[in-house]
Amino acid sequence: MADISTNFLGIKSPNPFWLASAPPTDKAYNVERAFEAGWGGVVWKTLGEAGPPVVNVNGPRYGAIYGPDRRLLGLNNIELITDRDLEINLKEITEVKKRWPDRAMIVSLMVPCEEESWKSILLRVNETGADGIELNFGCPHGMSERGMGAAVGQVPEYIEMVSRWCKQYTDLPVIVKLTPNITDVRYPARAARKGGADAVSLINTINSIVAVDLDNLAPVPTIDGKGSHGGYCGPAVKPIALNMVAEIARDVETHGLPISGIGGINTWRDAAEFIALGCGTVQVCTAAMTYGFKIVQEMTEGLSDWMDEKGYQSLEDFLGKAVPNVSDWQYLNLNYVTKARIDQDSCIKCGRCHIACEDTSHQAITNMVDGARMFEVIDEECVGCNLCVSVCPVEDCITMETISGVDPRTGKTIDPDYANWTTHPNNPMAVKVAAE
Amino acid sequence: MSTQATRDIKGGRLDPSDYAENFSDIHPPLSRHEALVEADRCYFCYDAPCMTACPTSIDVPLFIRQISADNPKGSAKTIFEQNILGGMCARVCPTETLCEQACVREAAEGKPVKIGQLQRYATDHLMREFKEHPFQRTASTGKRIAVVGAGPAGLSCAHRLAMHGHDVTVFEAREKAGGLSEYGIAAYKSVDDFAQKELQFILDIGGITIENNKKLGAEITVSGLAADYDAVFLGIGLGNVNALGLEGEEADGCVDAVDYIARLRQATDLSTMPIGRHVVVIGGGMTAIDVATQAKLLGAEEVTIAYRRGKDGMNASDYEQELAQTHGVTIRHWLQPKALVLADNGSIAGIELEYTSQANGTLAGTGETTTLVADQVFKAIGQQFDGHPLAGSGIDLDRGRIRTNDERKTSLANVWAGGDCVRSGEDLTVVSVEDGKVAAESIHATLTA
Repeated sequence: MADISTNFLGIKSPNPFWLASAPPTDKAYNVERAFEAGWGGVVWKTLGEAGPPVVNVNGPRYGAIYGPDRRLLGLNNIELITDRDLEINLKEITEVKKRWPDRAMIVSLMVPCEEESWKSILLRVNETGADGIELNFGCPHGMSERGMGAAVGQVPEYIEMVSRWCKQYTDLPVIVKLTPNITDVRYPARAARKGGADAVSLINTINSIVAVDLDNLAPVPTIDGKGSHGGYCGPAVKPIALNMVAEIARDVETHGLPISGIGGINTWRDAAEFIALGCGTVQVCTAAMTYGFKIVQEMTEGLSDWMDEKGYQSLEDFLGKAVPNVSDWQYLNLNYVTKARIDQDSCIKCGRCHIACEDTSHQAITNMVDGARMFEVIDEECVGCNLCVSVCPVEDCITMETISGVDPRTGKTIDPDYANWTTHPNNPMAVKVAAE
Repeated sequence: MSTQATRDIKGGRLDPSDYAENFSDIHPPLSRHEALVEADRCYFCYDAPCMTACPTSIDVPLFIRQISADNPKGSAKTIFEQNILGGMCARVCPTETLCEQACVREAAEGKPVKIGQLQRYATDHLMREFKEHPFQRTASTGKRIAVVGAGPAGLSCAHRLAMHGHDVTVFEAREKAGGLSEYGIAAYKSVDDFAQKELQFILDIGGITIENNKKLGAEITVSGLAADYDAVFLGIGLGNVNALGLEGEEADGCVDAVDYIARLRQATDLSTMPIGRHVVVIGGGMTAIDVATQAKLLGAEEVTIAYRRGKDGMNASDYEQELAQTHGVTIRHWLQPKALVLADNGSIAGIELEYTSQANGTLAGTGETTTLVADQVFKAIGQQFDGHPLAGSGIDLDRGRIRTNDERKTSLANVWAGGDCVRSGEDLTVVSVEDGKVAAESIHATLTA
């Protein structure tokens, strides 16, 4: 059986599944239930300064979007950092870590952007026995209005500065949690590395208004007739997170910087994808908040079974293996030609491939053949776009087949050799191959 | 043949409370949650097979998407645009052989979207929640049209004509309008006086007058109506059930199933319906299923349907056959009636049935027989069109029913026909609704040309 234990910055955990800093990790009760269920580690919900804690709204904190059958696809929240007393949190962190020495215990922190504030809280965290700290530079609502969270994460110079302070006042590994609410995520990642941070974790939640209540004409969740933007997470944000992770993983300046992947991880498969893009651990929140802690059983077993199938002994065997395959568009092979193929035996004849192609794309799928309802690809029109695959309700009913020889659409012979846009004759900027 | 009197036919076989329980809605309406879960299963197919399978071409994917998008009123309008009796059809359509059989999820998983139940959810919602009729009449055309028969075909036709601004008078032979919606159909499929509620909903558009107790060939005639009105639509249905052609058919205990169902539908107290301890139903269609199942629900001890062909030959769908069977009805195939067994007092005591077999498409008795004890024998072997009221009218028949073209126009000028009295398709409510609608559009086009 594959070994799915992790050693991330020297922090060991029996599996790569950590609970992200969020309501599920706000107190000992929840965290111990999570450990009992099998989670490899937790990032304790963000601690603030000593003194009176922040307060949350007393109305709804969450809003959601749904897929069919009211499956939660995206969740939005306006909750702040922990609203419990710092001393209680520190005491519980200490006790829980003592009881669960084999699990990763990371403490998320967010204090004002002043050296003294960071110094004083770090000295306290150092005493808890925690394994590492995560700097919350991502929270996009509420705290950012007070100059913390995303307000810091959006200024690379602040990231670098605070990272440096942290490295100065603690020996614990420092993970910087990044906000996606920024134009180019590579800049804050570079700043974190420059400041000496040991790793980055991403993504934090995305600025969002999840819905407008059409009776109140106000954003959801609505607090006494008003709504504030919140942070968006859940399965819907996974593609955004994967892209940002890949950007950092393949950037020359941050290549090799350890990453803890976060964003819409719902099954073992999602986790494997993040790991393949270079994440040493993954963090989960919405899936647990939707289904409870038990999902980790599916995640650990699924990951392990898949690794066995692929012959991977440990996570390192495929960690980051997808990174070299993330390419700029300009380097994609323009001589790679595919056509859609519809398996008539599994086709249920819903016709969605036809109408999607007919109305919105290339008119490359029939709806009638010899007077009978039948959906077939017209190779002369098919550009291989994959839209039909995307809209087909039956998995593997439509597949893409690579063709060679003459492309019936262009009438031209497909060059078997790789060629991309940089040398394409239609590209005015094409690199001219020197004449022999 | 004769035997000792054992006649046991009576009402009140059940506790009074059991009648309400037995004859309650067979498919309780979907709750909002159930409807939303079910609606999410629809794939919104292109040129959807369910829509093609519907005789009235209801835009099923659209109405289901409207339910999903929390617009049940819009959903109901989508249904009613094609089928103003969409509420009744949602209750009585054999969806398992129409839209739901065609559903791609039937092909995919053997579990079609519950289209009929969703249709009921939407139509019930509109009929319950909205006071205003969903369609408005256009300006009056001053044209007057006579519709004969206030069944599904006649009402569908009348509604569509009224919508186009014509003034419609509907002549109905019976005391109440509704046709088979009111007098046919198993009681548990149309509870709470739904047929009359639907009738009122249809009439709410305005421009339709119903005249009851006006029977074609008696109080009214085709030639009279043709002379008095700009156009005539005949939706007069079929006559009573076919005869067995056996001696003793007039005996006490030998019952016309269609007539019995009509009485049951009109009964205010179901415990007054006389039912035998042992019941045999002859036939293989929906009437046979409906009367057999209801006989069981009225407290008959043993109910057997005897049908002269195999399971696949039955007009009743597999679903309906199973419905009868789960209610405790025994279905026996390859048996045809040979002789009625009469008791000494002349009442029915049983029925002798002959085994049949089919060779080269010809059904024949094998000579072997069996006899079933029966207090009641229900005849449900199909209905005939009664052409007498049309004699001499100039309306041609085709294989015993009124001949029409695609627009449901008869051979007589300005006379259209539809429903079970024509051969446009199966004898289903939904087919009748389509006939009425098609005829109305044709009448409208003719009168406004």
